[in-house]
Amino acid sequence: MIDVRRITKRYGSHTAIENVTFSVAKGEVLGFLGPNGAGKTTTMRILTCFLPATAGTAHVAGFDCFDQPMEVKRRIGYLPENPPLYHELTVTEYLTFVGRLKGLRGADLTRQEDRVLERLSLGHVRDRLIGNLSRGYRQRVGLAQALIHDPPVLILDEPTVGLDPKQIIEIRELIKNLAGSHSVILSTHILPEATAVCQRVVIISGGRIVAEDTPERLSAQLRKSEKISVSLKTPPADARDRLRAVAGVVAVFESQEPGAFVIECELGRDIREDLARMAVTSGWGLLELTSVSLTLEDVFLHLTRHEEGIAQGSRLAGPTASSAEETSP
Amino acid sequence: MRPVYALLAKELRSAFVSPIVYVVGAVFLLVFGFLSYVAVSAASARAIQLMQIQGAAATLNLNDLVFRPTFHSSAILLLLVVPILTMRVFAEERKLRTFELLMTSPIGLNEIVTAKFLGVYTIFLALLALTGIVPLILAVYSSFDWNPVFTGYLGLALLGGLFVATGVFASAVTENQIVAAFLSFGILILFWLLGAFGSLLGDTPAGNTISYLSFIEHIDRFVRGLIDTKDLVYFVSGIVLMLFLTYRVVESQRWK
Repeated sequence: MIDVRRITKRYGSHTAIENVTFSVAKGEVLGFLGPNGAGKTTTMRILTCFLPATAGTAHVAGFDCFDQPMEVKRRIGYLPENPPLYHELTVTEYLTFVGRLKGLRGADLTRQEDRVLERLSLGHVRDRLIGNLSRGYRQRVGLAQALIHDPPVLILDEPTVGLDPKQIIEIRELIKNLAGSHSVILSTHILPEATAVCQRVVIISGGRIVAEDTPERLSAQLRKSEKISVSLKTPPADARDRLRAVAGVVAVFESQEPGAFVIECELGRDIREDLARMAVTSGWGLLELTSVSLTLEDVFLHLTRHEEGIAQGSRLAGPTASSAEETSP
Repeated sequence: MRPVYALLAKELRSAFVSPIVYVVGAVFLLVFGFLSYVAVSAASARAIQLMQIQGAAATLNLNDLVFRPTFHSSAILLLLVVPILTMRVFAEERKLRTFELLMTSPIGLNEIVTAKFLGVYTIFLALLALTGIVPLILAVYSSFDWNPVFTGYLGLALLGGLFVATGVFASAVTENQIVAAFLSFGILILFWLLGAFGSLLGDTPAGNTISYLSFIEHIDRFVRGLIDTKDLVYFVSGIVLMLFLTYRVVESQRWK
């Protein structure tokens, strides 16, 4: 549905993004992760035909963003970073305007309006001026605007900014429901959001794609060892050494809390059962035993901070990542 | 063409809920009324004078005594009024980031520019139409030739179109509304003064060309009751040129 190939955008001498390549299948939700200034918005603006790319090609639904912008624009719903709202219009007036701008008319327009108002629970503010709405409502009106013509492709630049936790969950549910029938690109720097909503994640840093995979696989790839956290009620004085002696254990670290340990063991080996048996038979009072997995947050920090680490540590995303490798010493 | 109308309707809706149109409109109508009042007073003073000398009711040409000075002054008045009406059209969209919505919607930039121009121009024409009350009242108490009044209004309408197009251009250059207004003042005042500069050079090719560029000469013929193709071409080509420049400026901003 979306196909981006080796896109580069330069502003004068400043390179915003370089050789960015990725694609989104029909019905897929792709998370676009990256620190501020990484090039997320620039990439999205190129896809929506707001900006032309300096080099490379972008296709949406089979149409070239540069040569056939009208066809692309008809098929895209776009929520920019700042929702593009006219404060002097009411919610309904605004949606009517955007709907007409997107080519809707008559009964079709009214039906779509009712649909998005209902879907984003905006019904009770439909006749209020946008300027008088709270931040959360404005964000939802912005989202309603992107959905009004029921486009096959949605590009959402930080859609949950400014929403309260309940609304965030609602919007995430909404986006999840869109998956399957719509292709969605969603940028965020809230990592749990990407884990919660996206089937695939692209991590972009300094204008380059540094990794691309499912959230689960990304964290798995970076894991060099299994980590298990153990909490004991009455640990013996030599608990550390005795834990160390369990087959497969590489290292044991004592946590700040009394009786809590983090045990590192060989990759791909599950020693939780052995540990549990030992703790119970020795009467240490086992309180907790969990396997610690790397969150996307760790992956993100790892990838965007220590770029050299990923070259060996994980399987990288296709051709773009290899270009990242070439340049990193 | 449907999205163009949607944008035009939105432009008008936004304009009529903003205080700018009402304030500017009220001031414009007040000053126009005052200008015509002064002209009418001067004309009646002349009439009384003439009656004392000739001893009989003198027939005065109201077209010359009232409408011509009023139309001339209101051309300059428009120079101050129109930039305020146009300053927001592009600058505000850019400032509020709503421009991104327009540019990512299936509507061509030429359509956006057209709708923006027509939006302000409609408001301008409505204001100009309201000044029609002055000749209507005068028609009740006196008689004059309506034709030069109509051509005068046609001239002002074309002049206003040129001013609006210039203002739209200035608004597209910046995202600051004050800068946009001031820029269009600057451009318009410059073109106004070109007339004086041209006549300074006399009847030379350079002088004639520069005089031609000024709108003063062109509006003058309309006010005197002449519809010259030369003047029509001047205004229409001026409007088209300004809108074309607007298109180019907005287009080029995407490439920076």
